[in-house]
Order: sequence, then structure tokens, then C-alpha cells
Amino acid sequence: MENGILKILNFYAGYNVKTILTNINLSIPSNKVISIMGPSGCGKTTLIRCINRMHELQPDANFKGRILLNEKNIFETSPILVRRKIGMVFQKPNPFPTMSIYDNVVSGYILNGIKMPRIEKDRIVEETLRKVYLWDEVMDSLHRKGTFLSGGQQQRLCIARAMAMNPEIILLDEPTSALDPKATAKIEELITKIKKSVTVILVTHNTAQAARVSDFTAFLYLGELVEYGSTEKLFTTPKDKRTEEYLTGKFG
Amino acid sequence: MQRRIIKDKLFEIIIIILAMVSTLPLILILFQIVKKGIASINWSFFVNLPQPPGETGGGVSNAILGTFILIVIAGVFSILLGVLGGTFISEYKDKKISELIRLCVNIFQGIPSIVIGIIVYIWIVMPLHRFSALSGGIALGIMMLPLIVKSTEETLRLIPSSLKEASLALGASYTTTMLRVILPAGINGILSGILISVSRVAGETAPLLFTAFGNPFMNFNIFKPVDSLPLLIFNYSMSPYPEWHSIAWGASFVLISFIIILNILTKMVSRKWKTVF
Repeated sequence: MENGILKILNFYAGYNVKTILTNINLSIPSNKVISIMGPSGCGKTTLIRCINRMHELQPDANFKGRILLNEKNIFETSPILVRRKIGMVFQKPNPFPTMSIYDNVVSGYILNGIKMPRIEKDRIVEETLRKVYLWDEVMDSLHRKGTFLSGGQQQRLCIARAMAMNPEIILLDEPTSALDPKATAKIEELITKIKKSVTVILVTHNTAQAARVSDFTAFLYLGELVEYGSTEKLFTTPKDKRTEEYLTGKFG
Repeated sequence: MQRRIIKDKLFEIIIIILAMVSTLPLILILFQIVKKGIASINWSFFVNLPQPPGETGGGVSNAILGTFILIVIAGVFSILLGVLGGTFISEYKDKKISELIRLCVNIFQGIPSIVIGIIVYIWIVMPLHRFSALSGGIALGIMMLPLIVKSTEETLRLIPSSLKEASLALGASYTTTMLRVILPAGINGILSGILISVSRVAGETAPLLFTAFGNPFMNFNIFKPVDSLPLLIFNYSMSPYPEWHSIAWGASFVLISFIIILNILTKMVSRKWKTVF
């Protein structure tokens, strides 16, 4: 894993005097699904919010260390460029309420002032919606508001919105925690499919989900990276005692 | 058992009666205005100028146009400022300056309108040496400002922060996020706040007494005095001429109708552009 697309090196982050992440070192290979799991409050969300530089938007946020995207430190790149290359999907589905489904998909282009011909837009919308298995359900109502969709459909629309920008990495912050099992299954299925075109970093507190969809798993506990390795190994023969205890449900 | 049901019914009847009593004054006022005002309403009432005392007929076209001019000036002065101010204090909730602005806005709302009239008289009418539509519009704008700031802030505060994050996470700049995502999402609340503030100031007389002053002739020049419906009602109802009294009633009817229409419009706007999150 020396040649990861994303490398996190000696990374610390927190708010004010409170440190949340301590000395994280993580190398993420491209075109794989990497899940970050751990109990509530262990810093999973903080970690991925650092990866697309959303963490620093919070007042009193601080961080130390480097994160390299394709060997380039993201903290020396404009945050706007970083966020175009690293898409994000949030816990609760949040399509733009004033935009149609169509506009939601291309909203990254709209909001960044990137103009393109109608045909090109149509192509991106169809292609992306097919990628997230939403096309068949919404092809007749592309110009209706995105907020009329069901929760699961909205979340897939949000994934489409992030995918439409052709990011190198997509961050999913507990994308199924607000959804029912059926919608969750659909999202998990599409996660394993989209890794062909994008690297997926999935935050989850659901160990079964991590086991089902990811190639690699990182276990975070109290802001510390306890164990990181292939999902199969980590789940069958965990090296650290804490990982084993977490997986067997002794805490968390 | 029986007693409990009787008590329940009794209470229900009491609140229905009290609710009706509380709307009674409004109904009586509307009834009175319609009864006395409808008689003077005809086409010439809207297109003609007032007649000298003693002559019948005549209209209030100057006051209708004047009211319109004053509201436009007030809007130009207050809408952009109010929306931006409301946006600022909702964006920087915890800053000291936001606290201060919020406090000022609350005090602002409590200032008697006649005082605002006097202040605008000193600031604008005195330096320009004349009463003008401009000064009247600014006085009304000052009254609209706190209403717009407050309604904008309250609207934006209800917009989930996840929306802003979604936009920022797509690489949109802060400005774009505010202009293309957050403000459009709150458009119904902001627009209805503006309409409500217009209907609130449309009936104001006091701040216009020493600013717009009133004018019996048609005037399009914003540097000259204009008439407005409430001013005309005030002046005409104080006059000794019965013909003028009936014109004042007619003008009241027009003004009340205008305000009711604005309120209905506000309801429609907030329903039509309601944003579902």
C-alpha cells in the first residue's frame, strides 16, 4: 500500500484545546472501498471531514500533519479544488431543495460556474444516474424537485451529485444511517459497483456493513488508529485486542 | 361522567364565543369602511385629481400614485440592506456585532413612527430645504428595515446547515453557496417578510407628515412633495367639507383593500415557494 492515492501522515486534529485525532497514519489505495469504523465519538467523521478540508470550516478547528492526494499536500492546494476532487455524501440526504433532480445532479458544475452544452449535461445526468441505479426510477420526472423522492432515492441522488464531478475519491459519512434496510441494501450494492471509477471512503458504525462492502477496514478508537488492513484479515484475525473486543460487541 | 362532558362542552362554547368577540372589532371596522367607502368608488375615483371643496366628484389618483412611489423608494432603500443584514446575523450568530445588531433591530421596531418622521425631517428635508417623496420613502424604508432584517434572519435560521455543507463540499465558494443555495431556499420567507413589511408601512401617516407632506397635484418628481393614501385620509377627514369626508372614506376603502390583497399575496407566495427540505 505504498502507492496509495491518498496518504494521511502524522495527522492530528481537534477543536480548540480538545484533541480528537492523534497521530493518524493511513495510506489509501485507489479504486477500493475503505471503511472507517469505530464507536461513536471516536473521530471517524472528523477524519473524513479533514480529507476534503471541511473540518477547518468549523470555528476553533485545528489540525496538524499532512494529507497527500496523489503525492500533493491538500493543505497547500485551494480547498475548492480539493473538494472538487474529493466528493462527499452526508449522513442525512440533503439534495438542494430549490433544484430539480436534473439540476441536482449537475449542481457541482452549476455552482462552480462551469458552463457546458445541453447535450453534454444530458449525458452526464443520465450516465451518473445510471451509475447510482436511480435512472429507471426518475427518468420521467427529471425536472421535478429532488425533495419529492424517498429518503433512499434522495441519498442516491446525493451520491450522484458527488459522482457527477468525476472525483478521485468519494467520502461517505454514514450514508445509510437514516435509511431503512431496503434502501441501505441498494446503497451498499452501488458502493461496491462505483469503486470501478472512484475510490470510496466509507464511515460507518455498523461493523456488518464494513464487512459487507469494503476491501480495507480501519478501526478507530478514541481518536487513535488501532488497526488497518484488508477487511477479511481484520475481521477474521484481528491483531489488536481492542479490535477483537469491538467486533465481538464488548464495547462500542 | 356526565359532568365531565358538560364541562368540556361548556369550555368549548366559551372559547368559540371569545374567539368571535376578538374578531368582532375587525369585522365592524371593515363593515363601516365598506359601507361608507364603496359609495365614492368609481372609475373617476382612481384616475382623477381631488376637486376643490364644494365640488362633488374628483378622485385620489395623486395619492395612489404617491403611495406607490413612496413604497418603491422605501423598498429600494430597505430590501437589499435588510436582506443582507439578516443574512449577516444569521451567518455570524455568535459574534458580538450580531448581538448588537439584533438588539438595535429590536429597539428600532419600538421607535414611534412619528419620531422616525422627525429624524428624517432633520436628516433629509432640512438639508434639501424641501419636503419630498424621497424623504418620505426613506422614512418608510427605515420602518421596513428592521422587519426585513428579522424575517430574513428567522427564515435563514430554519435552513439546515447540511445544505450549506453540501454546497461547500462540491467546491462551491462561500458567495455562490449563499447566493445560489441558501437564499433561494429561503426565498418564500424572505419575500413574505418583504410583503408584510410593505403592508405594514403602506398605512403609515405619521412619518410622512413632515417628509412627503402631501400634494393635491399629480407629481412624478421624487424631489417634490407627494400625497399618499393615509396622508390624504388624515387631511381630508380633518376638513370641514362633507364631500372631502366621503373621499376620505373611499380612500380608506382603497387602502384597506390594498393591504388585504398584500396579505393574501403573502400567503400565496409562502405557499407557492415553500421549500421542502
